[in-house]
Formats: sequence, structure tokens, C-alpha cells
Amino acid sequence: MLTTRRVEAYHALTVVAPGIAERFRPGHFVAVAVGGPQSSMLTRRAFSIHDVKPDYGGTVEFVFTVRGPGTAWLAERRARDTLDLVGPLGRPFPLPRDPVTCVLVGGEYGSATLFGLADALQQRGCRVDFVLGGASADRVFGALRARRMGETTTLTTEDGSLGMRGKVTDVLPGVIADTRADVVYACGPMETLRGVTAVAIEFDIPVQVAVEEAMACGIGMCMTCVLPVIGEDGVTRMVRACAEGPVFRGERVRFEDVGTIPFDALGAPGSPSGGGGTRNVS
Amino acid sequence: MSVDMRTYLAHVELINPITTAAGCAATGKELSQFFDLNRIGALVTKSITMAPRAGRPTPRMAETPSGMLNAIGLQGPGIDAFLERDLPWLAQRSVRTVVSIAGGTVNEYGALARRLTDAPGVTGVEVNLACPNIEDRGRVFARDPSASAEVISSVRALMRYDVPVIAKLSPDVADVVAVARACVDGGADALSMINTPLGMSIDTETLRPSLAAVTGGLSGPAVRPLAVRCVWQVHAALPGVPIVGVGGVLTGRDAFELILAGACAVGVGTALFHDPYSCLRILRELEELLQARGFQRLADAVGLAHRPPGSAARHRADLAPGPGAPDFTVPPDPLNMEESSL
Repeated sequence: MLTTRRVEAYHALTVVAPGIAERFRPGHFVAVAVGGPQSSMLTRRAFSIHDVKPDYGGTVEFVFTVRGPGTAWLAERRARDTLDLVGPLGRPFPLPRDPVTCVLVGGEYGSATLFGLADALQQRGCRVDFVLGGASADRVFGALRARRMGETTTLTTEDGSLGMRGKVTDVLPGVIADTRADVVYACGPMETLRGVTAVAIEFDIPVQVAVEEAMACGIGMCMTCVLPVIGEDGVTRMVRACAEGPVFRGERVRFEDVGTIPFDALGAPGSPSGGGGTRNVS
Repeated sequence: MSVDMRTYLAHVELINPITTAAGCAATGKELSQFFDLNRIGALVTKSITMAPRAGRPTPRMAETPSGMLNAIGLQGPGIDAFLERDLPWLAQRSVRTVVSIAGGTVNEYGALARRLTDAPGVTGVEVNLACPNIEDRGRVFARDPSASAEVISSVRALMRYDVPVIAKLSPDVADVVAVARACVDGGADALSMINTPLGMSIDTETLRPSLAAVTGGLSGPAVRPLAVRCVWQVHAALPGVPIVGVGGVLTGRDAFELILAGACAVGVGTALFHDPYSCLRILRELEELLQARGFQRLADAVGLAHRPPGSAARHRADLAPGPGAPDFTVPPDPLNMEESSL
């Protein structure tokens, strides 16, 4: 591990990890073991990658907030400590072929994953505009960097301490209209993604969302991080945020049904497709 | 000198005793990004059901001290998709595959066995008995010796004669030996224990159960003493039955503990979530431990803790050395020297 710093209300850790940095694409995440070698905390914590740099053969930075004993332990790490990371994981953001106009929406520290994306988009000649929000000024992540990178940057806070008072979804329609955006990218809490997707659908433009779900392994084995997503064939399946995601087409995620098994999902109890395995006696 | 790590599940030889635990390695593809699945004794798949299952709502997992609770609800695509996609993938890579099956009725288990019996690439079948029996008011099979035996004999009767049937036992029973004996009488070739005991945690922020399903299976090192106890009791009662010891194995030492209790193979589960390479690390640590204790064969350590106190270490002679096995001309180590005094 290289450096650790406080960024507003969040912590950012930079780790020397050439293998991860080399294969990084925007949207990827890392799964971090917490508590040291004798840890009694066995599940990994998943964080999206904020930044990769070529220094020291390749470094990776991720951003997190202290939510429990695991993240509290991480926040206490200092330079030259060793961290156990698995990555890069997940499906990255798909990038447009043509130089289009993109609005990047970040809620809380979800915006961390957007800067690598903005970089990749700008390299393809895309115009990038930011909309970042949080509960208060110290919980809006990356406002300065967004101002440097984006064509325009709109900030919102729920308490009005920075930018406009309100939520990102309140200002998003205006930004999309002003920039004549072709596509929306978003990362943040599920409620924010749901709102952003609704706005994009209204404007009839594609929206890519990166979800934040609790995971145990991050590599597709534990089946913990599932959410209902409509497939190409129109069938809803419970898919893994770590392996099939974390990036999904917003309109395919059934946000209203996150945290439930929709009755028409493949294999749902009582669904025509299966019956939950209980009524399929040969 | 390296240790002969080969072991047997009934008549099936495994190159080493380390397997994955059912439900912790999905169907292998994900884990194969980290290491060659042929390097472990066998891959145990997650439990396959007849129909596709969406599983339980989220949150499905809660971390607990030295362990975790899970209530996944056997999410999976069903046997058709498994036979079409997952099993051929494993068979192509000649991964030794133990297919775990789960059902709600005796007939459903039988139907799964019938589907698997002609499928190429099945090294063994593990019967997940921790499912509610729909025909008996949702009473879990594994808690009832006669219901367990009924399922096992149905699967045994329909499965190819040369594919061993392994019964996965739950620790949530009054008498695990009674269930084990019933399964063996029903035709089980081997036993696997333990499945996760039921647990629960409550989120003191939301003041609600942490899991959407309220209760979930507890796994991780927190349950290892339960696993050691179950393996010990069953091995004492049924010394000839091969046991796959599963429960909270994080290190080679933990695997060794289960082997000393009577397991001839060891399943690695929750450790895989923490460290995808854990199977290989545990295998290496186990081999080093055996070597350091002077064992030439893994088989010699199986159930060794059962010998009366003060008696000498002994070699088990029921596993004949195969081709390539070390001969016994090597100088005896201190442990084995006392063999003559037996």
C-alpha cells in the first residue's frame, strides 16, 4: 500500500498493484480482505476503482466510507502496510463508438468510478458533463476534479451546502436538455440510479448504471449480490452484480423489485417457468 | 520426500483430499480463473435442482464473528441448463466433479439421479439432505433418519453403480450417528459433514433480522468444532465409511484436524470467498504438516486421533499402495519406529 488520504467525508487508499492497474477498464472494482491474516471478518469488501496510475509499475486507488468494523480497519491502514486485493473484477462500462455527448451522474462516493470513465470517453472525443450530488458538501466526491475534466459540472446537496439544493435527479433533466446528451452513465446508491434511469427513459436515451450491492466474494461464487434484471430475451433473472455487473443498462434493472424476487422472475416461487423447484416432480 | 496424498471416496481415487464445498464454488467456471481445477481432489458443484430457482430475496448474507450467515435459497438454472452448459464445460476439462443435488420430494431426488446417471463427467453425487420435505410438512430430510435413508436409497438405485453416492448431513440433529447409519444402510457410499447449522442475526441499526429470509446457514471457522465433533462421532461408530469433512476449514491445520477426526477428504467452503486460492494453499499446508509429522501417506493419518491415549501411531493397511506409491524402504521416522511395538 502506498498512501492513504481523507477526501471530504471519505477515505481513499492507493495500493501498488501492477497486475490490476494493467488490466483496468472503467467500471471495474476490487474485492479487499479486511482485518489482516488472522481476521475474523471473512467476507471481502468491494470497492470501485477510482484511479489507476503508472507509478511504481501501476497503482490503484479506491474510495470508501467507514460503515462497520471492516471499513474502520481499512481506514486505519498506513503507508507500507500490506493489503489483500482481488481484481480487476466485474464488467466495465461499455464505451460508445462515436464521439457523442455523455452525462456522468454520481451520487455520494459513487462518482469515484466516473473519472476513469470520463478519461476514456474524452480520449474517444466524447463531450463529458458531470452531475454530482450527496447529502451534504463533504459527501460530494470529486467536485474539483469534475470541474477540471467536465465541459460543465452541476453539483447538488440535499442540505444546500454546495451547489443546488436537492438531488441529482432534480437537475438531470435540465443538464440533458442543455447538453443534448446522447447517453447517461451513473453510479451511486440504488435510489439514485433508479431516479437517473427514469429520467433517461423519459428522454429516450441509453443509460448505463453501476450498482453497489453487498458482496461476500466479488468473483461470482457466493450468489449474495443478486438483483432482478431483464435479459435480452425479456426474461427477468436474478443476476450477480459482481459477475454480470456491476454495470447494467439502466432500463433493464427492475429497481422497484430490488430486494425481492419478482413473481415473474425465472425460477421464482410459483412462477410459470419453474415453481421454485417445488412442484416439478417428474 | 513427498507425502502420498491420494485418497478414496468409496472406490473412486482422488489425487488429493481437498474438494470444494457445495455452494461455495458455483459450478467451477469462476474458480478456474484462479487455478487449474484439476489440481484439487474434486470440485463439488452447488446444489442442482430440477427446475430453475430464483432463490431468496436480498440481503442474503450477513457477516458474523469468524463466519457468515447465508440464505441463498439454492438459486440455480435447473438440471437442464446444468447438463447442457456447466457439466460439459467441466467434463471437457476432465475436472473430477461431484454433483450436489437437492429436491423437495424423494421422487425429485430420484428424478435428478436419473438425469445424471448417463451424463458423462460425473465423479460422484452428493445428496443435499438439508431441504424441506414437501410431503412431510416441510420437515427437513436431514433431520429424519428414515426420510434421509429413503432419499439415499432412491438415488442409489437410479444412479450408475460405479458413481458413489455421498450423503450430506446436517449438524442440526439430536443424533448425527443415527442419521449417518440410516444413510449408509440406505446405500450411501460415503458421507459428507457438516452442512451449515441454522443461525440468525439481527441488525441493531434497522432493528430487523439481517437476512431477508430471517434465518440462514452458519459457515466459516465458527462452526469448525461442530464439524470435528460430527466427523469424530460418525467415524467412531462407522469406521469403514469414507467421510468428507466440511466446516470452517481455513488452513492446512484445520484440514488436518478433520482428517485426524476421521475424514478422508476435506471440503473447503467459506474460505474460498475470502481467498480464491485457498484450496491450493490448504493442500500445500496440509502436505507440509503431514510431512513434518512424519507421515508418508495421508491415509495413515485418517482417524488417527481415535487411537487410545498413549498408544503408538499406526499405519492403516486397508488402502493398498497403487503404482507410484512410495515403498517402505525409507528410513522410519520417530513416529513410525514404534510400529513394531504394536
